[in-house]
Amino acid sequence: MTPTSVTSPLTPAQLVDEYFIENRNRVVEIAAFLDRLDRAAPDTPLDDFRVQALRGALALILSSPAASRVTSIQMMLSDPTSRPLDALDRKGAVGAYDGSHDDRP
Amino acid sequence: MRYIDHHAHMASRTTDDYAQMALTGCVALTEPAFWAGWDRSTADGFDDYFRQLMEFEPRRAAQYGVQHYTWLGMNPKESDNREISLEVLARLPQYLGHPNVLGIGEIGLNRVTRNEIATCTDQIELAARYEQMVLIHTPHLEDKLKGTRITLDVLLAHPALPAGRVLVDHAEEHTIEMILEHGFWAGLTLYPQTKVSAARAVDMIEYYGPERILVAGACDWGPSEPIAVPKFIAEMRRRRHTDELIQRVVFDNPVQFLSQSPKFKVPAATRAAASARI
Repeated sequence: MTPTSVTSPLTPAQLVDEYFIENRNRVVEIAAFLDRLDRAAPDTPLDDFRVQALRGALALILSSPAASRVTSIQMMLSDPTSRPLDALDRKGAVGAYDGSHDDRP
Repeated sequence: MRYIDHHAHMASRTTDDYAQMALTGCVALTEPAFWAGWDRSTADGFDDYFRQLMEFEPRRAAQYGVQHYTWLGMNPKESDNREISLEVLARLPQYLGHPNVLGIGEIGLNRVTRNEIATCTDQIELAARYEQMVLIHTPHLEDKLKGTRITLDVLLAHPALPAGRVLVDHAEEHTIEMILEHGFWAGLTLYPQTKVSAARAVDMIEYYGPERILVAGACDWGPSEPIAVPKFIAEMRRRRHTDELIQRVVFDNPVQFLSQSPKFKVPAATRAAASARI
């Protein structure tokens, strides 16, 4: 599909002026969350699949090609399989794929 | 600015929320049947809920000058229960002629189980048989990609249901393109934590353009905002988009989609957004 883009009326400089502070805050909040986890268990590496996914997403922000960061992260956090579940295992999603029913070769 | 919220679970909101929506320009909303946060034990429980959506909520909305429409169906969260689902589906046709019922919804998948797919398929066949419009729920978070792909496969296997009469809701960056490229409408639902923020919704409008894209608050009993659409409008203005483009997304597009039902009446331009009760 060829997107029919609406050009952003704001210049890059205007976007930075308008949105830098709130995004600076978001980065600091994520860093604080990871520090908090480290303080909770300073001697034990955390192997929670959601936190691993979060760390992977942070790495993707810097390594993804321009203008595809969000989609790359969304795909990384998604269940990549195609086979339906045979039975309901739980009622809701948790935010990252735990690899429990991987059907890929 | 006048707007239409195509996805608002007002049964879980207070009357004050109707007032806030009216004060911020909401002139019409549509309310899809959904999960109450707990599973109903009988099909009779769904009958009572459907009656609330057809009779009680329109009266509450009318007090504030807001038109209320609804979509009825077996929601994805309870659709794994095939016994109750089949009983609800057998009762559904009797309600489809009600004046404020626009079609079948919100239906679709939750954890993407075989039973959920069977119930979703049954409802899509029902919609095609009764020539109903459809509002599709796509799954949350890590289940969205897989669930959207399978739901689209089911829809495409039923060409009797025209794609232009189907709204695939809760689209995000990794699913919107596959929805639009098959001719369906894509809904962006604005949530404070999950799904789409106002800023990302504006990004998707900028990337794909406004055609066949709707935005909604999808307020429910969880963390959500009844005035999410006016906040989206504010974000569009913050990006310096024109009022013409904003109106297309929040009013003209929903009118275009919803007017495919002869029951939907376009809100009059001069109608006061709020009544004297506010």
